[in-house]
Amino acid sequence: MKDLIQNILDLAKLKRVAYADIRVVRRQNEEIEVKNGKVEALIYDEDFGFGIRVLFQGAWGFACSSKVTKREMEAVFNKALKIAKASSRIRGKEILFPLTSPIKDRYQTPFSIDPFGVAPEMKLHFLLDADAILRKNNKVRISEAFLGSYKTEKTFASTEGSYIEQEIVECGAGIAATVIEGNEVQVRSYPNSFRGNFATQGYEWIEKLALPDKAEGIAEEASQLLSAKPCPSKVTTLILDSSQLALQIHESIGHPIELDRILGTEASYAGTSFLKPEMVGHLKYGSEKVNIFADATHPGGLGSFGYDDEGIKAQRVPIISQGILVNLLTSRETAHHLKKKSNGTMRADGWNRIPLIRMTNINLEPGEWTLEQMIADTEEGLFLTTNRSWSIDDKRINFQFGTEIGWEIKNGKLGEMVKNPTYTGITPHFWNSCDAIANREHWQMWGTPNCGKGEPGQIAHVGHGTAPARFRNVQVGVMKG
Amino acid sequence: MAITESALHLLKNVVQESPADQTEVVLLTEDSSLTRFAGSAIHQHVAEKNQIVILRVVLGKRIAVVTTNIFQPSSLKQSLQRAVSLAKVQQPNDEFISLPGPKPIPEIESFSKNISRLTPNQKVRMIKNLLRQVKEKRCNASGAFSNGVVKLAVINSLGVEAYQEFSDLFLHLIVENEKSSGYASFVARDPDQLDIDALAQEAIGKTSKEEPMQIEPGEYEVILEPYAVSELMSFLGYLGFHALAVQEGRSFFVNRFGEKMVDEKVTIYDDGLDPGGLQVPFDFEGLPKKRVTFFERGVAKEVTYDSFTAGREGMDSTGHGLIAPNTVGPIPINLFMTGGESSLEAMVTSVQRGIYVTRFHYTNVVEPMNAVITGMTRDGTYLIERGEIKRPIKNLRFTESILKALSQVTAISKNRRICSEGTVYSRRFVTGTVAPAIKVDGFNFSGVSAL
Repeated sequence: MKDLIQNILDLAKLKRVAYADIRVVRRQNEEIEVKNGKVEALIYDEDFGFGIRVLFQGAWGFACSSKVTKREMEAVFNKALKIAKASSRIRGKEILFPLTSPIKDRYQTPFSIDPFGVAPEMKLHFLLDADAILRKNNKVRISEAFLGSYKTEKTFASTEGSYIEQEIVECGAGIAATVIEGNEVQVRSYPNSFRGNFATQGYEWIEKLALPDKAEGIAEEASQLLSAKPCPSKVTTLILDSSQLALQIHESIGHPIELDRILGTEASYAGTSFLKPEMVGHLKYGSEKVNIFADATHPGGLGSFGYDDEGIKAQRVPIISQGILVNLLTSRETAHHLKKKSNGTMRADGWNRIPLIRMTNINLEPGEWTLEQMIADTEEGLFLTTNRSWSIDDKRINFQFGTEIGWEIKNGKLGEMVKNPTYTGITPHFWNSCDAIANREHWQMWGTPNCGKGEPGQIAHVGHGTAPARFRNVQVGVMKG
Repeated sequence: MAITESALHLLKNVVQESPADQTEVVLLTEDSSLTRFAGSAIHQHVAEKNQIVILRVVLGKRIAVVTTNIFQPSSLKQSLQRAVSLAKVQQPNDEFISLPGPKPIPEIESFSKNISRLTPNQKVRMIKNLLRQVKEKRCNASGAFSNGVVKLAVINSLGVEAYQEFSDLFLHLIVENEKSSGYASFVARDPDQLDIDALAQEAIGKTSKEEPMQIEPGEYEVILEPYAVSELMSFLGYLGFHALAVQEGRSFFVNRFGEKMVDEKVTIYDDGLDPGGLQVPFDFEGLPKKRVTFFERGVAKEVTYDSFTAGREGMDSTGHGLIAPNTVGPIPINLFMTGGESSLEAMVTSVQRGIYVTRFHYTNVVEPMNAVITGMTRDGTYLIERGEIKRPIKNLRFTESILKALSQVTAISKNRRICSEGTVYSRRFVTGTVAPAIKVDGFNFSGVSAL
């Protein structure tokens, strides 16, 4: 493979391109989905190919193929070059792409048990056991259990002389109980909705999740939701559990701080951002309790890696410090807008996609409170957990979330369960209303394996470390406006 | 023939050599290109060649699926062995009856030779023309222009052999000035159908130099353009128009077949063979597409099936199988709403005070059984007063039941258009929804996007 890669880099130099890189990526996925005691999906997916990116005459070209041969690589290089030449006829501002020192390295996510070394039948039994416990509750109409294992091996090489090999192993699992009565559908999931929780860890992560131990409890909560009272419609104090807060961070901080969105290159699809580069260092994004880091180095985080897909080392950088916006997610091409160097967030969804600015692990630093203290300190409000729906506008200002379940807080105590909880807000107003964050004991990483962006569509695996937090004066109960 | 003889031979060999009781091989190839522009410059221009083989094997009632994109005899053999090994450890699924047997496939033309004209240089020329028109109006443009050739083959051990070649192109465009933005999009199989000037003018026409005003959330009469209507239709398809949702008791159709659920002006159906849409002759199980009518003059009528959901009820598949393993159900991908007698102009004239919506953004389900969704308006939201489009308004959040909205439809346009988001994640198979514009008597806006 090294010879094939070197051949392309030599060709790139011969053609006098300003810059070129090649990524060869092999991915293996194994996913098992159990529903109502039956294995709905047992799938193994293998994907292999390469992509070549060239910067020539001030424009980018990218081409890729799943046929990994010398001849095909040369043809694909020529195609990428032809595309760059064509595109150079409609150039925008000059592309400033600072060169970097060559890096030769190998990175591997640490893990104890290779998930691909665990027999599929063992995984099946693990899921079927949890699924059977869910169905012991006779109100459960649909029981589901999921387990996914993922391995990515990629080699990055550039005309700058970098040659980086990475192997990233990820796992995730979860269960869900759906109850249906008349016209009503309620769901409870563990450890999180939309298939569970994911990490750059081995099978030891799955074992720690202990799905069967939690199945009875979530089935019971799902059945209780049928007779719970509806979420009231009012402005109140809101305490979000860490899993819901993870998605809140994802949508209302993670995406708006992507500098490519801010500069408009996602305008036609995912949208832009209410932020502007000149707001960095000035904008009061949240209250002084709010401290956010983009941390691609966090062990086990789903957004952790060794190097991004431009060959920049993974970093931990402050994004919001005591409520003030201090940085954005950047790339080599965009960082100069902040007069900074890239903070290494360019990632591609496989060999057949170009790298884009993606979230790494966008983490909210823990505060001083225990969750119990926070509830005890709240006279009246709602405690919500586990996301059920999400929506936010194209500039990431107006959001609306629904969660699976909630509880009223009255006089410092958790009260009655509420169903169909929803809340809505305006991003900076919401984060400025944060007056308490739980401490490190309550802090945990959540993996989001379905972050969509770009055209052609790309899915990124990202992470969010959070602890429960409290927000004041939030509109809840917006189901019918 | 769309797929080379040697490739077909290889696939047939896999099926013939399989030790499984039943074996299915699906081949999906892609040769595509996509050009993105923003700030009136091209910032991304990519090309891709890929092929995916999906192997589904059945041992008794044990099923496993392996996919690979390494299209070599040795690799396919390995994948087959892996699929059989996985099936052996699988639990039997008593509800599984069988993979389908062969049925006649309708002959349709889904490939245009003109697609080869869309070289990188030609696309750049077309985009340059588009950007010139936008610049003349002192606006900026962003968008994506993509073209592709997709080949699909489905072969199984019961004799199914279905092949088809598809061409496609899509272009979507957002035009912005300092005050507002406008949207237009196009999708087709033949590039000669693309009128790039008309598309540019449509998006430019949606912009305004006036400052958008903020209006109070609440219930308003609305006119929804086909882009917005198609989004509502797609959610109905996902939530309730298919057999799996009904069988699991989570469809709004449960216990309501034969009931008038929406206004009698509303007829929604799925038809892969209707030449008004992006035709697809067969599904991913190699079965011919049948027309399925969900609402006929407002009455709940029927849903789509694949072979598994059909087998559960002793029915025939309607040809709506998706790529295995499909756990979301046989979701319809060729939706149509029947056109009415009205026009956009006539609808606007008839509104005393209401809102004109071009499209929605980031929509998501709030309550599935009532098809309540939430989302934002985007790229062309206007206040209508006394029969005229008065001025742009700040984007609004809506939280509304699609069923309720469709039960309050007061007019439907005669003209319809194919709406498409283009590609989906990871696998290219461009589909489209054919939608008219509609006027709805009451539509609930629950918030406004403003700092």
